[in-house]
Amino acid sequence: MALSRADVEKVSLLARLQLGPAELDRLTGELGRIVDFVEQLSELETREIAPLAHALDVANVFADDVVKPSLPRDEALANAPKRDDECYRVPAVLGE
Amino acid sequence: MGSVSTSATRLRDDLAAGRISSVEATRACLDRIHQVDGRVQAFLRVDAEGAMAAAADVDRRRSQGLPVGLLAGVPIALKDILCTRGQPTTCGSKMLERFVPPYDATVVRKLREADAVILGKVNLDEFAMGGSTENSAYFPTRNPWDLERVPGGSSGGSAACVAAEMAPWSIGTDTGGSIRQPAALCGITGLKPTYGRVSRFGLVAFASSLDQAGPMTHSAEDAALLLEAIAGHDPLDATSADVPAPRYTAELDKPLDGLRLGLVRDHYGAGLSSEVEAAVREAVRIFESLGARTVDISLPHSKYGIATYYVIAPCEASSNLARYDGVHFGYRTDEPSMLAELEAERRAALASSGDSARAEAAVAAIDSPLVRLYRRTRAEGFGPEVKRRVMLGTYALSAGYYDAYYLKALKVRRLIRNDYDAAFENVDLIIGPTTPAAAYRLGEKANDPLAMYLEDLYTVTANLAGVPGISIPCGSTAAGLPIGLQLQAPAFQESRLLRAAHRFQRVTDWHLRRPDLS
Amino acid sequence: MSDKVSNPTSTPTHTPASNAGSDAAGNSASNSASTAPYELVIGLEVHVQLATQSKLFCRCSTRFGAEPNTQTCPVCIGLPGALPVMNREAYQLALRTALALHCEIPAFTKWDRKNYYYPDLPKGYQISQFDLPMSRNGWLEIRDPKGEFAPKRVRITRAHLEEDAGKSMHDEVAGRADSRIDLNRTGTPLLEIVSEPDLRSPREAKAYLTELRLLLVYLGVSDCNMQEGSLRVDANVNLHIATPEGTIATPIVEVKNVNSFRAVERALAFEAERQYEAWLETGQRKGDVPKQTRGWDDQRQITYGQRHKEESSDYRYFPDPDLAPVTITVEQVERIRAGLGELPAATRTRLESDYQLPAYDADVIVNQESAFVAYYLAVADGCGDGKQAANWLTQEVLRLMNERNWTIGQFPVPASGLVELLAAVKSGKAPATRAKELFGAMVDGSLALDAAMERLGIAAVSSSEIESLCRQLLADNPRIVADVKSGKAQAAASLIGQAKKRNPNVNPNDVRATCLKLIEQM
Repeated sequence: MALSRADVEKVSLLARLQLGPAELDRLTGELGRIVDFVEQLSELETREIAPLAHALDVANVFADDVVKPSLPRDEALANAPKRDDECYRVPAVLGE
Repeated sequence: MGSVSTSATRLRDDLAAGRISSVEATRACLDRIHQVDGRVQAFLRVDAEGAMAAAADVDRRRSQGLPVGLLAGVPIALKDILCTRGQPTTCGSKMLERFVPPYDATVVRKLREADAVILGKVNLDEFAMGGSTENSAYFPTRNPWDLERVPGGSSGGSAACVAAEMAPWSIGTDTGGSIRQPAALCGITGLKPTYGRVSRFGLVAFASSLDQAGPMTHSAEDAALLLEAIAGHDPLDATSADVPAPRYTAELDKPLDGLRLGLVRDHYGAGLSSEVEAAVREAVRIFESLGARTVDISLPHSKYGIATYYVIAPCEASSNLARYDGVHFGYRTDEPSMLAELEAERRAALASSGDSARAEAAVAAIDSPLVRLYRRTRAEGFGPEVKRRVMLGTYALSAGYYDAYYLKALKVRRLIRNDYDAAFENVDLIIGPTTPAAAYRLGEKANDPLAMYLEDLYTVTANLAGVPGISIPCGSTAAGLPIGLQLQAPAFQESRLLRAAHRFQRVTDWHLRRPDLS
Repeated sequence: MSDKVSNPTSTPTHTPASNAGSDAAGNSASNSASTAPYELVIGLEVHVQLATQSKLFCRCSTRFGAEPNTQTCPVCIGLPGALPVMNREAYQLALRTALALHCEIPAFTKWDRKNYYYPDLPKGYQISQFDLPMSRNGWLEIRDPKGEFAPKRVRITRAHLEEDAGKSMHDEVAGRADSRIDLNRTGTPLLEIVSEPDLRSPREAKAYLTELRLLLVYLGVSDCNMQEGSLRVDANVNLHIATPEGTIATPIVEVKNVNSFRAVERALAFEAERQYEAWLETGQRKGDVPKQTRGWDDQRQITYGQRHKEESSDYRYFPDPDLAPVTITVEQVERIRAGLGELPAATRTRLESDYQLPAYDADVIVNQESAFVAYYLAVADGCGDGKQAANWLTQEVLRLMNERNWTIGQFPVPASGLVELLAAVKSGKAPATRAKELFGAMVDGSLALDAAMERLGIAAVSSSEIESLCRQLLADNPRIVADVKSGKAQAAASLIGQAKKRNPNVNPNDVRATCLKLIEQM
């Protein structure tokens, strides 16, 4: 499956990356080569094979429903690039 | 300095016996860092003050006869991808330049509980993506054996600081070979535990189903001790195995009678340097001389390992790294200049078209301020390799491609695991090279991502299958560069790996060799 | 695009009713369902906040109303390195609900990541369930005791667990000013219950929601408080329009932000008309345009289009590698099913069959909280008359509860008190004519029956007192005695009035019987 520049541009919005024209060109080539390389997987017949998402065979891992202390607000907000006394701040999200 | 250069196990015993204080040992490390790290550049941050305070505290408690932990007073360096409470954790990324976690990773907590002395945080490829530590947003780390060469990666700082004797040992992380490959390239011992053996809580995720933290040391003996300190079930990590961790140090000298070593036919093909091949074959002969039996085996799907890995890891990464968007923590783009950029685009769109409907459409196509905030933040905060993998993973998971790439890769992952299961029915360990070649020159592969990816050929399959692997020094190239031997074992058989590596190190001295940094 | 349909104005139609008046929102559309040239097709997605103490994947409190960003931790802020661990109770509550909705419980379920960017979603993905939800293929029966629609089973496509997002607060006045983000709600457990498009009118939709909420409250899995966002409704709605060339489906619209059942009814009624008019104008069918999202403006009583970027629907779901899957055996499922207790539908049936209640009464009682049903059962069993108990509860008890804004738990007279009152009336201890007055006194003063009788000066009158009173009356009224003796038994009635004047506590029947007996003996 050839990867077009338009595909890469579309993916860059999905991935929330701003790419300049030169970067788009470069990535179109690089990603195209990687995708071509990955295509070798299609050689394998896998219809009957169950996917393996977890290497560790565990199930039913739960925690008890017991409240534990939360972070003090100042500590929770300490890493925020923009904040006030109570909240994180971002450009208006109206209409998004 | 002698205490630091020999082994962490010996240092621990010397500390316990009062032959050296932790303050002295820590001071020796800090001096060594001061002396050589300007050239090696392994450390992103040295916490001299914190380390000295921790060392003094251990010394005080020991002198008062109070109980101390398993690693009491032994200095250690941490890959800067493990969260340290109150200390910056950058992941080698500009994105997290100012990120200070309010909590310790479970591994870090266990090290503190064991009274280890944390010297500081060491360099890595950004978010552990890479095999040379050249992808660090800060600076590349050098290979102590040849400062013009890469130390490997992504745990290049962890490997280099141990090889250069700045720390007796360190913690690295391994997603596709990131402990074993730099260990091989720097001539040290590196163990990637079974997936689930060491808690991932507080290990900043690259590819969650593959990441594991592990010890990077001079010897298998040290690796056993460090693994003992960090392994075990963690209720904060749902993928942590609820399997008791043995006392690896106590099992080191158990006999290995009739050890069956699997020699993977598929490993000895094109791409393997003759020097590496010769060193590995010599190592196999040494094991045979120790009583091991070798069995030819095949891992028929291992050749698909790289392709499988470079679908699964980027897919997970694209999602794991979505949180770096400039809202709740980390880097955010400059908002006034972002708004000015949008305004300029709006004017240009209006000016470029006389037709008002088309102009309106052009304006509507411009990102909203929030979307642009995300896109600029991520474009400025991430380096090229991270962007490449985020793009690749986003593409592979997007509508219409999921089945062809991600689902397909998960199925091949099953085939790769089945290969291992079948192989381990006939052999106890799999033996082979860690890397196709010794350390390459800085910049040599920087412009060829695919060539870089192919370096992981021998290591990625262990991550895909979840099995443990260790790299130990087994030789040297004509140019004097270290060569690594990889041993792999069935899940949760770290003890078997460590015993075999330890046995090898008792009859060889590759692990005792040190680079000359005078 | 209008060329895709034959001239729509030529179809035999009425214009849709446009009298969605203030209190007739439901009526207009449900009435028009029979007369309008289209069928309204509705599927509902309900998000229910499960009543756990802690969040779905971390142990922060889920308490509502805390100061912003005081109930968060590295996990729910999505700080680098933090990992989720599943709340056992949330899964159990979800299972109970799914079983009560007659869902199949697959032996294997897993958690997936739904990837999208929004400031109230700090990880950049929501942990949800995609292709293997914890339950599927259930149903919920709805019926209308007033008979406005026939009983029907609304199919449940699936119910799955997911985490809630945080809250974005917009400073409307400041215009371009920042939005403020509060992550307290982030990670709160939600059960998303998706119905098939089986609902055909706003009234049916409301009945479905009412019955669903009742079930959830009975099960104790959620408080369903809509003001606090514990129950949120999205509606998928379109029209099936009959035309000479066959039935045409209009584009599906998702209506979001509907925050009361009444608003759901009105939004659906509004959409029915809006979509019909839009179809007349554009002729657009399902598939011609992407699914549209509209919000409901409660002030203006209209739906409005929301901006919707096409790419945002590419959620790139994949299994969350941080979470282990969940497996469950048939035995475990059956154990939970057995522990569900009696659910509202079964209670209704039991009230109708065992207590001979009409469907309407059974419905009124069961639609209250389960404690009200328990109260009813205690009264009915205590007095031995289900219908009488129902009358008292649906008339007196409910009226007082509504007037004074009480729950049955706050009601000052226990079921045993009402049973005592009914027994006293039956035995004649208390006058039937003053039973409601007595009950009122018991309620007002939180009094037992005797204390209430004393407060009202109602004393039990002994038979000797009645006899002496009657002897006096007969002595004072010789003419009445004569009339009765001559066969006019009804003449005794006027004695009762006089008796009550002399002693208001006497039982009229006792007076009458005693007088007749005494006259006979004369």
